[in-house]
Amino acid sequence: MKTISLQRNRRKRISQTRAQRVGGKSARRNPSILNPGRKAPNFSLNSTPDQKVSLKDFRGQPVILAFYPADWSPVCTDQLSLYAMVMPEFKKFNAELIAISVDNIWSHLAFAKDRKLNFPVLADFEPKGEVSRKYGAFKEKIGESARALFVIDGEGIVRWSHLSPDGVNPGAEGILTALDQLAKPNA
Amino acid sequence: MATTTATRHSRRTSKTLLEPTGKELETYEAPKLVIPVDPGRDHIQGDPKAILTLVEYGDYQCPFCGAAYPEVKKVQKELGSKLRFVFRNFPLTNVHEFAQVAAETAEAANVQGKFWEMHDFLYEHQRTLGDNSVALGYAKKIGLDTQKFEREISQHVYQKRIKEDFMGGVRSGVNGTPTFYANGVRHDGPAEAEAIIESLRAKS
Repeated sequence: MKTISLQRNRRKRISQTRAQRVGGKSARRNPSILNPGRKAPNFSLNSTPDQKVSLKDFRGQPVILAFYPADWSPVCTDQLSLYAMVMPEFKKFNAELIAISVDNIWSHLAFAKDRKLNFPVLADFEPKGEVSRKYGAFKEKIGESARALFVIDGEGIVRWSHLSPDGVNPGAEGILTALDQLAKPNA
Repeated sequence: MATTTATRHSRRTSKTLLEPTGKELETYEAPKLVIPVDPGRDHIQGDPKAILTLVEYGDYQCPFCGAAYPEVKKVQKELGSKLRFVFRNFPLTNVHEFAQVAAETAEAANVQGKFWEMHDFLYEHQRTLGDNSVALGYAKKIGLDTQKFEREISQHVYQKRIKEDFMGGVRSGVNGTPTFYANGVRHDGPAEAEAIIESLRAKS
């Protein structure tokens, strides 16, 4: 019990300092998610019950990380089915797409089959949200990943990141622009 | 013991201070239409020089587009000659198996000058999309050269144009269907007449 209350206090203090920081200079950029220039934390998560996918497996090529709140969002076409359609464009940049949410692997498998997803969908399930948290893309209060996008270069450095407001599906335009930039930095 | 755990915990959290603030909307800017309306290419309903422009990226099989179809009619009725309405193709073929052929059907009617007739017909008959004879019957009824019409659909003559519409949409931030642009800015509100009119008036 004591431990829990200590942790709670600690968390409270963190949120206070965070609130102060957000009011400052950093508010202009993404105050919460990992910004461009930072090293992308490695991770290893299940894509199927007996297979894991690690970020470092994709060294040497661009990686798009798409954190999203939940499988089965009640819309006709969600963000991920759009990405499945745009996949051939991502492939033109030799980019891999990895989607991550806190849903468990069985939900992911059914979801990916239903939406015909053609990229790995990883379960940030146990410890819940650990990877999302490393990217600043976990909403502690509701226990879900935020809708956050990262484009990571071949050396594992974040080159672009974007956090969508609640309820806004970002589409693919930002990702493609970031990949353009990565391919032709002087354009 | 308790102290040790707390220390370990704090060490971990000190590295992971980041968390969404929920204030993202304050700095949010909706994506913009990057492919300008081109009267030489686009399907435009209303005065091509009207002061307000509504662009829809749509999929004929998408039920949400079907629901938005009468809403667009309401917007057009309300704004009259002040509005031009543009329809571009965004068939989500991985989830809608008949969306591509429906888009090709409307384009085949377009070359014979009947785009909007076929566009409306397809949205009013979404449930019959799997049966090509329905659109063919309508093509006959409105006086299309059905041989040419059928041949162009079966030879996928308009596939490239539809793909161009799709990619232009992706580059403009289309995030599903329908996606609307009010005077060149993505309308993130509901696909309902009142909200669309509000966006059009606010961004004029």
